[in-house]
Amino acid sequence: MSWLRLAAANLLLSPLTSAVNVLLMALGTASIVLLLLLGSQLSATLSRDARGIDLVLGSTGSPVQLVLAAVYHADVPPGNIPLREARRWADDPRVMTAIPISLGDSYRGYRIVGTTAAYAALYGAGLASGRFWSTALEAVAGSAAARSAGLSPGANFTGAHGLDAGSHRHESHPYRIVGVLEPTGTVVDRLILTSLESVWDLHSEQASHRSDHDNEAEDEHGHDRSDADRSNLDREITAMLVRYRSPMAAMTLPREINAAGTLQAAAPATEISRILRLIGIGLDGLSAFSWALILTAALSVFAALYGSLRARRCDLAILRCLGATRRELLVAVLLEGLLLSAFGIALGFLAGHGAMALIGGWLESTRGVALTGWTWIPVQTLLLFSLFGVGAVAGAIPAVQAYRTDVARTLAER
Amino acid sequence: MRDSATLAIDVGDLGFSYGDSTVVRMERCQLSRGQSLAVIGSSGCGKTTFLHLLAGLIRPGRGAIRILGQDLARLRGASLDRFRGRNIGLIFQRFHLLPALSARENVLLAQRVTNGRIDTARVARLFAQLDLNGLENHKPSMLSDGQAQRVAIARALVHSPPLIMADEPTSALDDAHAEQALALLQTSAQAVGAALLVVTHDRRVRGCLDAEFEMSVPA
Repeated sequence: MSWLRLAAANLLLSPLTSAVNVLLMALGTASIVLLLLLGSQLSATLSRDARGIDLVLGSTGSPVQLVLAAVYHADVPPGNIPLREARRWADDPRVMTAIPISLGDSYRGYRIVGTTAAYAALYGAGLASGRFWSTALEAVAGSAAARSAGLSPGANFTGAHGLDAGSHRHESHPYRIVGVLEPTGTVVDRLILTSLESVWDLHSEQASHRSDHDNEAEDEHGHDRSDADRSNLDREITAMLVRYRSPMAAMTLPREINAAGTLQAAAPATEISRILRLIGIGLDGLSAFSWALILTAALSVFAALYGSLRARRCDLAILRCLGATRRELLVAVLLEGLLLSAFGIALGFLAGHGAMALIGGWLESTRGVALTGWTWIPVQTLLLFSLFGVGAVAGAIPAVQAYRTDVARTLAER
Repeated sequence: MRDSATLAIDVGDLGFSYGDSTVVRMERCQLSRGQSLAVIGSSGCGKTTFLHLLAGLIRPGRGAIRILGQDLARLRGASLDRFRGRNIGLIFQRFHLLPALSARENVLLAQRVTNGRIDTARVARLFAQLDLNGLENHKPSMLSDGQAQRVAIARALVHSPPLIMADEPTSALDDAHAEQALALLQTSAQAVGAALLVVTHDRRVRGCLDAEFEMSVPA
């Protein structure tokens, strides 16, 4: 028999009220936990996908769009750029590595990226099976793309124009999978890689079908270009992913490229911050709503304890008669508040992590984005203490009321 | 005048007032260890206030109260609570068992509060002595008045206090049950060698305990 047992027994006297309080606390906690996990992993994923890329060279337009398209493969690129022009900057002594990419087609929603083997190496993606491409129209699938689209070495598939599976398909030029990459937890898992030549050859051949594409909303290759430009079609890329030789290059190189006017230089780090700020506004709004839920739960715990103590004043007086000190009564009532909070917090953490695991599982199977619910981020420890603090505050006023119980008067009233 | 070391209760020149109204006025009241005393008086004569004074729940306006040789005026706060818990077993008219706990847990909690430890064997013996076997897990709402009273007695006796004080233990009972309750209190107190003080307006108590003290409304 302990004060904890007494606190639990008192809470069980009003099981419905206690359950509602626990659920309210759990709901608020789960929402915050989910938002924290989502925000943190999203931010980590964005950073991971841009690791090793200091600058993206692409067509002029929106830098966010360029980064979203060239780094995260989540948007259509603003246009193509002449390879010759990109190479000029890639050969700059301030540049350590420059990886060209050419986008355009997809297979079952997984983007086909024309690039070099250095692109897979950028994400540390080794081969799980097969080999890298050696000729045109050979491709290597990222792990999630391979699993989800059923691509294994030897499989043939035809790419569809753009990211829409219903778009025009290059039926006469099927790709052949020659390798599958190991999972990396990065964007490369969701891509199908091939050589630049594959993309150039395919679209050079397909130029005759240009009229088929004219009316499509998403034109990532610049198929609408004039006849004069068409001669350069097979020598264009979508972007060049650049890594500086020294951080000092960040001070000068982007400015020089942008000043030249023909290309755009976008720094993923800057654009990620911008994207996260935008996402952050949404997350902050949801977070404020979650804290409002927790505040409601705390008020509800307070009201329940306060009301319950008014009805149990005599019990408190009896406990004093039995020899309990004022401090012990204070602790006993605080324990009730903390017990309610503890159950709500535990349930909330479990629900928050569980929901994140479900969302992560869904995202992984449908988008190949690896988010997990079974992880602990440092800020959760702070959240845990804060929530217990809220529970303690909710129980504090009733506890002080218990501390001040006038035993003789209370007993005389009965 | 008896030796204070042998006294469980020693009250002298006691006075307590609410504002201008004197509620308790008592020249002397003594109860030896192991003896029993009935404090009898009509409603409103200050019996319950007297009991609260003896338990240290309120402070007298004048006079001294010594319980088991300890001057209550010298105890404050937690010391007074601890002294009360260890030395006095209180039984209330309406028993006041904690409704959230079972009969056994009510007794165990009292033991925990007073002794700081649990002796389940002692509780089991008390339940057997008080004919409470089989009721251990019953909540107070499931007990009859007689059963609840016996649990209240078990709660008061569980830590073997040297002084037991009962407030109106028979007032709600018929003759047969009142006699039974008093006998139970006496035998229980004797079993642990405790002094017994019964505060009541019930005249049926007369002649049942070792001594009697008549309280009247102060002039």
